[in-house]
Amino acid sequence: MTGLLSYLVFFLIQALIYALVALGLNLQWGYTGLFNIGVAGFFLVGSYTFAVLSGPAYATHLGGFGLPVAVGILGAMAMAGLIALVVGIPTLRLREDYLAIATIGIAEVLRLVALNARGLTGGSRGAQSIPRPFQGLELGNVASNLVFLVLVAALVVLVYLALETMVRSPWGRVLKAIREDEQAASSLGKDPFRFRLQSFVLGCAIMGLGGALNASFVGFVAPTDFLPILTFEIWAMLIVGGSGNNRGALLGSVLVWAFWTGTGSIAQSLLPSGLQVKGGALQVILIGAVLLLILMIRPRGLIGEERTVSREAELGGDGRT
Amino acid sequence: MAMLEVNGISKSFGGLQATTDLSFKVEPGEIVSVIGPNGAGKTTLFNLITGVYRPDQGDIRFEGQSIVGLKPNQIVDRGIARTFQNLRLFTNLSVLDNVLIPQHHRLRSTWWSAVLRTPGYRRREQQMHDLALEKLSFFGPRLMSFRLHQPVYVLSYANRRRTEMARAMATGAKMLLLDEPSAGMNPKETVEITDIIRRMRDEGGYTILLVEHKMNLVGEISDRVVVLDYGQKIAEGAYQDVVDDPKVIEAYLGKRAQDEADSEAAAGGQA
Ligand SMILES: Nc1ncnc2c1ncn2[C@@H]1O[C@H](COP(=O)(O)OP(=O)(O)OP(=O)(O)O)[C@@H](O)[C@H]1O
Ligand SMILES: [Mg+2]
Repeated sequence: MTGLLSYLVFFLIQALIYALVALGLNLQWGYTGLFNIGVAGFFLVGSYTFAVLSGPAYATHLGGFGLPVAVGILGAMAMAGLIALVVGIPTLRLREDYLAIATIGIAEVLRLVALNARGLTGGSRGAQSIPRPFQGLELGNVASNLVFLVLVAALVVLVYLALETMVRSPWGRVLKAIREDEQAASSLGKDPFRFRLQSFVLGCAIMGLGGALNASFVGFVAPTDFLPILTFEIWAMLIVGGSGNNRGALLGSVLVWAFWTGTGSIAQSLLPSGLQVKGGALQVILIGAVLLLILMIRPRGLIGEERTVSREAELGGDGRT
Repeated sequence: MAMLEVNGISKSFGGLQATTDLSFKVEPGEIVSVIGPNGAGKTTLFNLITGVYRPDQGDIRFEGQSIVGLKPNQIVDRGIARTFQNLRLFTNLSVLDNVLIPQHHRLRSTWWSAVLRTPGYRRREQQMHDLALEKLSFFGPRLMSFRLHQPVYVLSYANRRRTEMARAMATGAKMLLLDEPSAGMNPKETVEITDIIRRMRDEGGYTILLVEHKMNLVGEISDRVVVLDYGQKIAEGAYQDVVDDPKVIEAYLGKRAQDEADSEAAAGGQA
């Protein structure tokens, strides 16, 4: 029983970390129409930045600043946002396909840097002993996971509420206007570039937050954590749940992660040992099939986009008419 | 000082000269109509004024300052807003949202003030909402009450035109460029929109430059009419003088005669 419960805690932590990343992607794609297919890269930046800022001193690579976990997390978000700024400034003025090309490229470049810049990242062996929050309390394993779950859940709620408020604000309305018709938006006095850049940077900072939490939870980062398959998983979460809807992003993350881990363990128990390594490929095929199914049956995801009129505007409208 | 001053602008697309050495002025508070046969360059003129295209030659001044080279969104900030011949509404968003969107930049609301829900933010939201209703109420009850929260894609074509006009007004511009505001409207609705455009000037204080094919509307409300043909101005003046101008008659009738000849030839070819 406790085994199942602790597994559930473990599962939820991971699902909620991905939920954060999916929320960041939803701001970019769901609300602004930005095609970011380098999610793994911004997750990576968050992970390594956190390891460097809050991790212990490493013998062979950068670290040892020993900053508090909160500072490490903020630093990770800032760094991911900064990279987004560097990628976004030259590409967001251009047609949307340029962002796709640039993001997929930067994600791979970042992964190769992580693999090869040993002095910075620890190379293929990665960075170990990354701290968790409240490490000093010497909590047991179960308690430590529970505390972490509460922390991640709180952050998810916080980010969710902030994003909900923002997308219903005048600022969020402009994002959607740009997504719908850029030329019309600029004919109404909006500079599409500025809004796209803001949305992109903010979304990537949230991905960086996810990366930092992941590094802290797992306690270890290595370049193999950031393969393009991660980007694919996050996209699958958003599409299954329903892009353009933050609740959809949350739901999709939990469901797809459950499916992913579920098929993983089934593959492990069913497949003969010789084929175990191929199990991963089978998972990808299965999730691809689920995606196709969703796109055919519910093209807007399980919970699609909803109408968003700001609360004040709506109240004012009802009060008057 | 003229509100809008177009000085000798030309624009070509490859080999096609869409606008040739065009000049005219619009005074504050005027309603000026631009007419001309299909393909005369009327929409191109709007695109040049609003910064979608940049003229190859010539200057465009708004309230005395050149606006050539500014981006479309900067030109809106100066005070010129437009509607589109083919409608460019945000069709998945509600009528109210469409009219709220253009107000964002005037009321200076940032994403963090939205997150913190500051009192100033709530007040601005209320102001934006009031202004949206004020602009929508130009069209009587047609866009009010339950329509406010309907997505634009369920609206009739005529109501979409009205929504787009309200949206242009909500930018806070002083001057409106309306590209065929009565297109797709029946005769009764055309009479109504004619009256509304006049009220937009009289009560709303807007200066209006409009493109129209319906001559009863043009004759009814225009202080002046500019006639284009093949990108050139062939006449300008009061409606009655312009329609009696032989050059204008030729531009329209000559076209029609030409078209008839073409279609007869085509019909003959088929037989
Ligand atoms: N972006 C463009 N590229 C090439 N040609 C263009 C472009 N925009 C307009 N034209 C051409 O310029 C000419 C004028 O077009 P414009 O749309 O301004 O005419 P119009 O007077 O608005 O006609 P209508 O009454 O049919 O709306 C046409 O021959 C058109 O094909
Ligand atoms: Mg036209």
